[in-house]
Amino acid sequence: MNKPSTLRRILTTDLPVLVIVFFAMAPFAWMILTSLTPTAVLNATGVSISPSGWSFDNYVRLIEQTSFLKNMLDSLIIAVGTVLVGLLVSVTGAYAFSRFRFAGRKAIMLQFLLINMFPIVLLILPLFVLFRKLNILDTHFALILANATAAIPFAVWMLTSYVGAIPKSLDEAAMTDGCSRLTALRRVVLPLMMPGIISTGIYIFITAWNEYLYALTLGGRNVRPVTVAIQTLIGEYQIEWGLLAAGAVVGALPATLLFLLVQRRLIGGLTQGAVKG
Amino acid sequence: MSTIVSTPDVHKAKPFWQNQHFMPYWLLAPAVLVTAVIVFLPMVQAVFTSFYDLVLFKPNASRFVGFGNYIKLFNDPVFWTALWNTVIWIGLTVPLQMGLGLLTALLLNREFPWRGLARALVIIPWALPSVVIALMWRWIYDPNTGVLNDILLYLHVLQTAVPWLADPSVALYAIIATLTWQGFPFFAVMILAGLQGIPKSQYEAASIDGASAWRQFVHITLPGIGPVLATAGLLRVIWVANSMDVIFVMTGGGPGYATHTLPLYAFIKARQNLDFGYGTTIAVTFTLFLGAIVAVYLARTLREVER
Repeated sequence: MNKPSTLRRILTTDLPVLVIVFFAMAPFAWMILTSLTPTAVLNATGVSISPSGWSFDNYVRLIEQTSFLKNMLDSLIIAVGTVLVGLLVSVTGAYAFSRFRFAGRKAIMLQFLLINMFPIVLLILPLFVLFRKLNILDTHFALILANATAAIPFAVWMLTSYVGAIPKSLDEAAMTDGCSRLTALRRVVLPLMMPGIISTGIYIFITAWNEYLYALTLGGRNVRPVTVAIQTLIGEYQIEWGLLAAGAVVGALPATLLFLLVQRRLIGGLTQGAVKG
Repeated sequence: MSTIVSTPDVHKAKPFWQNQHFMPYWLLAPAVLVTAVIVFLPMVQAVFTSFYDLVLFKPNASRFVGFGNYIKLFNDPVFWTALWNTVIWIGLTVPLQMGLGLLTALLLNREFPWRGLARALVIIPWALPSVVIALMWRWIYDPNTGVLNDILLYLHVLQTAVPWLADPSVALYAIIATLTWQGFPFFAVMILAGLQGIPKSQYEAASIDGASAWRQFVHITLPGIGPVLATAGLLRVIWVANSMDVIFVMTGGGPGYATHTLPLYAFIKARQNLDFGYGTTIAVTFTLFLGAIVAVYLARTLREVER
């Protein structure tokens, strides 16, 4: 077979890929440009494309005039809380699914898969009623619980496939050496699961950070995560696109950076199941 | 304090619940209990609520109406509009995402120097919060200052500016375009993983036999990624059907009812009118429709678990 020439490769591969990358990036790049254009310029001549017109004016206003930093803290507390709750209850469950064959195993696994399919709108209304009765509306705890409805089944499912990849003989060897089941889980399986736990945790963090509808419905006044806060930047009389764009860029940054950092491993874990099918 | 005094006979015979048989149930208990309380309990509550005429903050007005809400629903013209919108919405969004994702995956599967970078950049839409996506596209679609109208007017594709999100006949399709943009990376990534699982030797054998690129695509590539397409497609139907945050932020269901989908209609009824009884009825009905698709997905996945 003859090797295709470089020119041909550029025309049939590099160029089309460039178009798609541009398509994927352009809207967010436009948002960044908007955030760098001061409001006065934005209203007069539109988004400034050349660096000479850029300033951090909108970002300064975002930090100084709004409660955005406090909103970031709210988001952080909720996302970290969701990760902890999601992982804590799921690790042992995943171990059970992968190591034991017991009555009801399939039904319980099915149950976890089913939860992930339920429409959020079916959950959000009764959760509102429940949390109102418990008097925990508008607290971090309520939003952590709400996010956990999606995080727990996801974590159980992901971690089960990670534990499944660790050879059974390892924990059996530890048990012949006198460890109990739980000690074997803690000392042998848990360290080996760490990469899986970390990717699952990061995915939960991103999802919880980006979550909007629960945050809007179950929180919003005292506890206002960035996703809700961004929308309040719209302003009362006129949409302040520059400020809004700055909020959107800052709000999207943590999840996007984390995602880029771990994307390779994350995608490996997410696609494993599908490819096997 | 007296309970702490050790009783020696505990060591002789373990109580029945320490039996190895119960081990997996103990290990699963935390996850099952928590999900029972925050998912299944509310879910059952929702089904009950749908039989009541419940307007929140008027607790005394709550009364049992049986199937009254459901009868009201089927006579509600907005319900049928929302159902039709949901069908168009899923029917267009998922195939568009899949098509664009397939194209992207095929390109990214080729050899070129900046492949790793391109792959990372293409995924970005997927990682962005949906609120940011919705607001971003509202800014792009803005009738007066939006960049889309500017570009299309400059290229003479349009003669006059189009109010993308304010025109009832265009708004739904504008949102579908946004969702396609948001979702195609997911397909690209899944399909790429599938493509990489196809042995290279198959293509080599086919090209020795003189099969054209198209025939190789139809006879090797498509069968190779078939299962991935099916799984990803089903997952995406469920996901797209459920996601209403982008529509909610972009148009709030308007103009009029032009971008109402079923989950959004349920949400708006409950949120703005505080009509939880009727809102929940819509949500339950929608869940039943979705259930059919979920059943297909579960059957596929379970086949795999049993392996």
